[in-house]
Amino acid sequence: MAVDLSSTHFGLFGLPQSFTVDLAQLDSRYRELQRAVHPDRFVNASDQERRLSMQQATRVNEGYQVLKDPLRRGRYLLELTGYTFNDEHHTTSDAAFLMEQMELREALGEVRAAADPFAALGSVIDRVTSDFDGLAGDLQALLEADETDHDAVADTLMKMQFFRRLDEEAQELEAALEDELD
Amino acid sequence: MALLQISEPGESAAPHEHRLAAGIDLGTTNSLVASVRSGVAETLPDIDGEHLLPSVVRYRDSGAPEVGKTALAAATTDPLNTIASVKRLMGRGVEDVKHVGTHMPYAFVEGESNMPLLHTAAGNISPVEVSADILRVLKARAEESLGGELQGVVITVPAYFDDAQRQATRDAGRLAGLNVLRLLNEPTAAAVAYGLDRESGGVTAIYDLGGGTFDISILRLKRGVFEVMSTAGDSALGGDDFDRAVAGWIMQQAGIRDDAGHHQMRRLMHVARDAKEALTAASATGVTVALDDDRNWSGELTRAQFDTLVDPLIRKTLSPCRRALRDAGIRAKDIEAVVMVGGSTRVPRVREKVGGFFGMEPLADIDPDKVVAVGAAIQADILAGNKPEDEMLLLDVIPLSLGLETMGGLAEKIIPRNTTIPTARAQEFTTFKDGQTAMSLHVVQGERELVSDCRSLARFELRDIPPLVAGGARIRVTFQVDADGLLGVTAEEQTTAVKSSIEVKPSYGLSDSEIETMLKDSMAHAQEDMQQRRLREQQVEADRVLEALRAALAEDGDRMLDAGERAAIDVAALHLESVRGGSDNRAIREAIAAVEKASAVYVERRMNNSIRQAMAGHRIDEFEQKGEN
Repeated sequence: MAVDLSSTHFGLFGLPQSFTVDLAQLDSRYRELQRAVHPDRFVNASDQERRLSMQQATRVNEGYQVLKDPLRRGRYLLELTGYTFNDEHHTTSDAAFLMEQMELREALGEVRAAADPFAALGSVIDRVTSDFDGLAGDLQALLEADETDHDAVADTLMKMQFFRRLDEEAQELEAALEDELD
Repeated sequence: MALLQISEPGESAAPHEHRLAAGIDLGTTNSLVASVRSGVAETLPDIDGEHLLPSVVRYRDSGAPEVGKTALAAATTDPLNTIASVKRLMGRGVEDVKHVGTHMPYAFVEGESNMPLLHTAAGNISPVEVSADILRVLKARAEESLGGELQGVVITVPAYFDDAQRQATRDAGRLAGLNVLRLLNEPTAAAVAYGLDRESGGVTAIYDLGGGTFDISILRLKRGVFEVMSTAGDSALGGDDFDRAVAGWIMQQAGIRDDAGHHQMRRLMHVARDAKEALTAASATGVTVALDDDRNWSGELTRAQFDTLVDPLIRKTLSPCRRALRDAGIRAKDIEAVVMVGGSTRVPRVREKVGGFFGMEPLADIDPDKVVAVGAAIQADILAGNKPEDEMLLLDVIPLSLGLETMGGLAEKIIPRNTTIPTARAQEFTTFKDGQTAMSLHVVQGERELVSDCRSLARFELRDIPPLVAGGARIRVTFQVDADGLLGVTAEEQTTAVKSSIEVKPSYGLSDSEIETMLKDSMAHAQEDMQQRRLREQQVEADRVLEALRAALAEDGDRMLDAGERAAIDVAALHLESVRGGSDNRAIREAIAAVEKASAVYVERRMNNSIRQAMAGHRIDEFEQKGEN
């Protein structure tokens, strides 16, 4: 009779366990859940209820973050199959990816020296974003295939992780460049 | 006017007890208290009709400290005992004071817990105590105006405040005898005051330039939910710096030397502030200062000159604005409203520059000095339970990343900034020596890679780790950040499930025992003994437990409990009711624990049920929508 709330993030949000997530629906369910469990609803309750409310609100926040992000969502789906993913020891032999990785690193390294650093950085970020989005598309196809190739999923996640990190570095560089303007 | 109030069917017919609640803006320059009366949130004036309480406390060798206007008046004659801008010192360490306190004329001494103490005629005083003295005055003012004891307050803090600064603010509330329901970010309070949650929603920027702090927050408002998308700011930038810039200009023009005395500096700051305020409406103002040799210097400051002086400071606020936009993943053109908060936003140049940056006219209809207190009062009213049907929910984020010190003095991020709170992150550690039973963790807050560039929050000593071979113990440490943005740490060894005990050494805050001592001291003044206070606290908690339980049982006790479970809860509750009126504080505590134990399963079931209901409601809606198509 009861929904098993201890099950998965998908179960908690009442969403089908799938890589494709309706983000608008996720958003509105997130708010509904927080309205039910958030500590602000329990300031006059007993210590026990307040503790429980904090734990539940924490779970809802965590689930939301995982389901919202294609990288974390993909990784979570892979982990649900029992696959253990090890970032540090996972390597790829995909030559095209390795080449792209090198080129982008190089381009990022040269941003400061460019005539217009912001334009140079902008084109790096655009390329990183499109690489990431392309991989997210691959990931969707892999995860929604009749027979999931777990190693291929892990490989794609690792590549996405790389572009995510590069994007973060690019954002930090943008912040640093802007701060230098002031 | 309606003469009859008709309640909606299903609404409780019993008269709802109105709980007295207030919102407090504990500001760098001024503090305010506000409350919702007859549905209207308004700041409460003192006996002279003044709403703003200058955040200034003067300590004397005997008697209670002076707070507010009288203290401010004494600032020039008694600078060492008159503490202003204490907010800048909250949660700060001794070495910070060298930086932050450069312009502060006070005599600092080092306290036990690395907290700077102010040496005054009344002894050494911590910044937390100074803030508590301000809060006490506001508490008394509110209780006088509202005619009863405050049940709870919401105190606002800059969104950019780190854990130590928030903890210090909470401690000050506790010292002042306040029940702090929530620490609320000032910009969020401002958005609440403007009722932006009631509107269709959108992305709002809150630009808050106060006396001593600057905050920019990007909020997303959607169907009663405020989500802080990002925050940035500068906790040492504000209107005081504008005054300082003007004072610097006067010194240069009048040929006053840099090593002018305390009195001279205070006088100059005063003249500078008057000039700044005059230039809000006028295009030029006369400036006169008394020089040491009894001569006067007079000059004229034009709006254009003033603008040139403050432009670099305003520019300094735009950099965090860009950062906040980037963190929120949006551009300036995505912003639908800009709200001005803080007295310094009265400066026309600020409005002009901020309007230019965001490409729109900023909102400034509500008095920028009062807007935060008003929003806090609205939130306090809701949290106290006076508007049970209100849908408003504030979702806040952690303003600065939490990290752990790793090998080589590097900070490893465990919870990135702008993560929605409450949040938790568990990390596993292992021992590196055979039989190791203790371990130390250093938690820092900040965005930089090196620990030395971040703010030290606390050192956690884990003890009672079961002795195992090196690498054999797996200690799972959970970092939990609560809805106030405050950190708690728990640890458990995984193979043996032994909980480690944790000793917290806050880097800058007061330890629990120090607060306890201060409470005792202040009790001595109030002629109320500690024992009595503890008893009262237990009784309040007992009432809270019983009231919450009663309401829950009335709502769904029959549905969710079988006869045996219900009987066990009723027995425990009856017992608590019978000891509650007595004077045995331990018996009450034990009876509360017994009720909590008896109702643990029930409480959990209710929480799960409310989650299910939240989801179920959605499914029905969607089903019906489909049916209509």
